[in-house]
Amino acid sequence: MIAMEVRKSSDVSLREFGCEQNLLSRPDGSASFVQGDTSVLAGMYGPAEVKVSKEIYDRATLEVLIQPKVGLPSVRERSLEQCVRETCEASLLSFLYPRSSLTLILQVVHDDGSLLSCLLNGACMALMDAGLPMSCLFCGVTCAINADGEIITDPTAAQEKQCRAILTFAIDSTDRKVMMSSTRGSFSVHELQECIAVCQKASEKLFKFYRDSVQRRYSKTV
Amino acid sequence: MLSALSARVGHVLVPGDVFVGQAEDMLSLSGPTRKETAVCGPGLRRDGARVCVSVSGILKHKAPNVFWIQAHGKRYVPVKGECVIGIVTLKSGDVFKVDVGSSEQASLSYLSFEGATKRNRPNVQVGDLVYAQLLVANKDMEPELVCIDGAGRANGMGVFGSGGLMVKVSLGLVHRLLAPSSDLMSDLSALYPSEMVVGMNGRVWVKSSSLQQTLIICNLLQNCEHLSPEQRKVLFNRIRQGAL
Repeated sequence: MIAMEVRKSSDVSLREFGCEQNLLSRPDGSASFVQGDTSVLAGMYGPAEVKVSKEIYDRATLEVLIQPKVGLPSVRERSLEQCVRETCEASLLSFLYPRSSLTLILQVVHDDGSLLSCLLNGACMALMDAGLPMSCLFCGVTCAINADGEIITDPTAAQEKQCRAILTFAIDSTDRKVMMSSTRGSFSVHELQECIAVCQKASEKLFKFYRDSVQRRYSKTV
Repeated sequence: MLSALSARVGHVLVPGDVFVGQAEDMLSLSGPTRKETAVCGPGLRRDGARVCVSVSGILKHKAPNVFWIQAHGKRYVPVKGECVIGIVTLKSGDVFKVDVGSSEQASLSYLSFEGATKRNRPNVQVGDLVYAQLLVANKDMEPELVCIDGAGRANGMGVFGSGGLMVKVSLGLVHRLLAPSSDLMSDLSALYPSEMVVGMNGRVWVKSSSLQQTLIICNLLQNCEHLSPEQRKVLFNRIRQGAL
């Protein structure tokens, strides 16, 4: 089930994004998310058996694994995993599955900038596809501040190299609040607040896209 | 609340959608009070005075006041009262451990079979298929299975499966097969003479008169999820004419 969206230049411009759900047969939920040239594949397993050493008595144990395109996972992937895991744990109703494990595996297919937001979007679509109960949806938006002080949303890798700050936010669908933020570089408080406002505006397009793609998926079956 | 829910029946909803109480739900001190309750099934959860959607799917309604979200999924979560197909994995003392596809293995006591006593133990080996009903199934306890009903009769449950093939399908397909007036079930049963056991945990066991027919039915089951009704009828006609 593939859905594509094209965004022309507006005040908040995102690259062309698309997603496909339920494309892998083994995982309980799977999704692929594409933003411009950045592409990510997500697979979700659970609720499944958990090792006694890792079990939590009142919640599900969520494990996120990010595999880079080339090479073995390193410290960079570990920090991305922590960001994704904290966002997922905030939105999943994990108290419904105590002493179980939920495993989310994200494979980077191509990285052309805004990788963390693409991972977050792919994770949310995979969680929805698996049918896991959530309190809200979440999406990831990246923006970069270049040397002139302009804010660029959804930057490519080339744009990210020239910018003095890169900020990624995870936004929730109910109140448009910031669930997680990951930033690199130097910026002022005023610029931070501007970036949050821009990302909240951009998140509306993503949530509308989520809703449309889920609607298309369910319209096919009787 | 009922009106708010009924207005969205048949729509696709995503987690985070809420239904708020309407003005007419407020109890009036002067007029007569009518009490209306809405029963919220899987996918809907109560959060104070609101009803929130927790999985993405289609909002379904059954008269008079039952609402639930129908979602596609593959992973089974045990629910009390459902009949499932399990695979016996361990035989330890008086209890069998059965894999039902959930996060924890279920336990099945050897006395939960028809006519079983301490002297007359049932003939169950590791690897056998068992059709049983979930007696205890909640998030805090280990699931328990029984192969008898309340009156002590087997009622079709117990060990089965000599010959035949068990396949794994999605939960949505199982619900479609077990629906009261199911086109899919009537088409499949009209195809070849066969026996079928459908477990609510997404497992279906099929046995037909020859191995080839069994394999054809299993392949059809796994492919029917992605076919529309018209495509399915075309495919079934082709098979009936012996094209495969």
